Amino acid sequence: MYRSERIWLIAGIITLIVFLGILGVAAVHDDIVPPSHLKTIDPAKIAQTPPFDNPGLRRLDAHTYEAYIVARIFSFNPSTMTVPVGSTVHFYATSPDVVHGFFITNTAINMMVVPGWVSEDSHTFETPGTYLLLCNEYCGSGHHFMYGEVVVK
Amino acid sequence: MTTQVLRENRLILAHLYFGTIALMVGASFGLLQALSRAQWAKAPVWFDYYRMLTAHGVLNAIVFTTFFICGLTTLLTYRAIPRERSLVIGWLAFAVMAFGSVMAAITILKGDATVLYTFYAPLKASPWFYIGATLLVVGTWIVMIDLIANALWYSRAHPGERLPLVVHGSVTTFVMWFIATIGVAIEMLVFLIPWSLGLVPTVDVMFTRVLFWYFGHPLVYFWIMGAYLIWYNLVPRFYGGKVFSDSLTRLAFILLLLLSTPVGLHHQFMEPGISAGWKWLHTMTTYGVVIPSVLTAFAIFASFELAAQRAGRKGLIATIAWLPWKNPAFSGPALGMILFIFGGIGGVVNASYAMDTLIHNTMWIVGHFHVTVGGPVALSFLGAAYWIIPRLTGRKLWAPGLALAQTYTWFVGMAIMSTAMHWAGILGSPRRTDDVTYTGMAAATSWMPQMHWAAIGGSILFLSILMFVAVAVGTLFTPKTESDPIVPAAVEAESMPTPAILDRIGTWATVAIVLAVLAYAGPIHELIAAHPYGVPGMRTW
Repeated sequence: MYRSERIWLIAGIITLIVFLGILGVAAVHDDIVPPSHLKTIDPAKIAQTPPFDNPGLRRLDAHTYEAYIVARIFSFNPSTMTVPVGSTVHFYATSPDVVHGFFITNTAINMMVVPGWVSEDSHTFETPGTYLLLCNEYCGSGHHFMYGEVVVK
Repeated sequence: MTTQVLRENRLILAHLYFGTIALMVGASFGLLQALSRAQWAKAPVWFDYYRMLTAHGVLNAIVFTTFFICGLTTLLTYRAIPRERSLVIGWLAFAVMAFGSVMAAITILKGDATVLYTFYAPLKASPWFYIGATLLVVGTWIVMIDLIANALWYSRAHPGERLPLVVHGSVTTFVMWFIATIGVAIEMLVFLIPWSLGLVPTVDVMFTRVLFWYFGHPLVYFWIMGAYLIWYNLVPRFYGGKVFSDSLTRLAFILLLLLSTPVGLHHQFMEPGISAGWKWLHTMTTYGVVIPSVLTAFAIFASFELAAQRAGRKGLIATIAWLPWKNPAFSGPALGMILFIFGGIGGVVNASYAMDTLIHNTMWIVGHFHVTVGGPVALSFLGAAYWIIPRLTGRKLWAPGLALAQTYTWFVGMAIMSTAMHWAGILGSPRRTDDVTYTGMAAATSWMPQMHWAAIGGSILFLSILMFVAVAVGTLFTPKTESDPIVPAAVEAESMPTPAILDRIGTWATVAIVLAVLAYAGPIHELIAAHPYGVPGMRTW
């Protein structure tokens, strides 16, 4: 083995360890993990299953909200949500039909919404503005009409 | 050329030209998509965006690449093992692949399978789409049987000798492919085909997604291994160099065999139904590919440098300047290597668990796979074709200047398009979406300039494909000529022999299967234990 070959290989292994180390610290210490919940729901009975029988934004306290959202072809219900600056919103989403995406631009909210499952994630909105909420998984001919907004003021 | 070689050449040319037709048709749709997203031209109403998108993905990412890889591996294996052989299996494989591809393509173009090339259930396509795609895969299995049969014949005829390097690489590529395609075969045969035929009422959505990505990530390594076969074994010929190391080359292919499959969950980070621990495991295994990548980068650069030194060139600049940048067979793969640097960096972000949140299902991903499969892979295939096709037809390469220009225009077009796509993705522009203006909302306005750049890059790429097709077709009609034979580059003299263990592909395949089982048993058990609901599925287009 050439000396230079060994240097490359060692550099590669060190890179590998550094990458995984950074991600490991972020995951364990800072709790940065992707949405990975295991809650199921009968997709044929969403309209009768609380809390999705009554989708919408619920205020828990001055700066904490829960949002129960039904993503279906080709809209979100609700499609507009308004919260005060500094609010933490816990999003819960499910689908009665096909797979959708639930993505709020300029935030780290990016979930796949799979029929039969409930997806959850949380975000604290520190900056006022109108955030575009969109479906980022192809769901059919009207996919590009499937969007809404989160207004933070 | 002997009659045997002439007969073999026809089979390989059939693969390469079938792939070229798929590339040409698929790329036409790609151009329309780029123009449509930029709002410069709307797709005609009779042919909707998502149907074009499905056709573009299937024809370019799957049909074009698969036929080229089958042609390339068959060529390298047949030439390394010259003998009187029957081509019945080879032609049978081609026929099954071609029949399946045409069946799937017609179903898509009729509008009965607008499910994109990932065909996520419960979007429900016509059974003919699933059956056609399955036949394409079955055809590749027949190619694998042919390659393995030739390798076994060689081992029996040359006891105690090592498999030729290109045969080792070709067979390893297909063994990896076989292990990976078992996932998609189960998805098709057990879940999607019975369901789309109406034999079962519902489909388990998460199960099909896990099976798809069990296959979907190794699919990209299948492309890369095809490009690596060219980089290691053919590219050194174009500058009078040698393969840097026999053992390192074999090790790189074996590592790709091991590390391709136990990684697929990194495509499913944002999904419910899979707990974070399994996603983290697949993050780690995904990063393992750093090792064969670093080995390959080293071997390629070392081969450049040793050849340049023999020619009396020393130093970085002198080595780069000395390389044959005016030979399209070299400039194609070499420019592809440059693009691959960016593909690799982007891939590190995609596979990084939490960071993927910011770019999952955005245009960043589209930029990433265009700068990988559309960069190093496609450029290496097209570049190598400029060297291979004339040697198969026994004719001169038509318009070598056009061929050279093709490789550079592709590089420029892809650099512009993929940069714009990555950028748009960071701004949040979603992938796979017809109209991304969202009635003028601020976020959407921010990414429109990048959509314009992507359309400019895409137009240049389309021009480049037209150039390739012109040269490929023109080379069928040029005068007959005798070229040097298709022989891979020789290997540098090495201080120590290659460890025999690297040749035991069967043993490594067993290890690969064990790794795949270890990586997937947990998440699959978790899915079954959750008792997920079946979903009836529907046609939403």
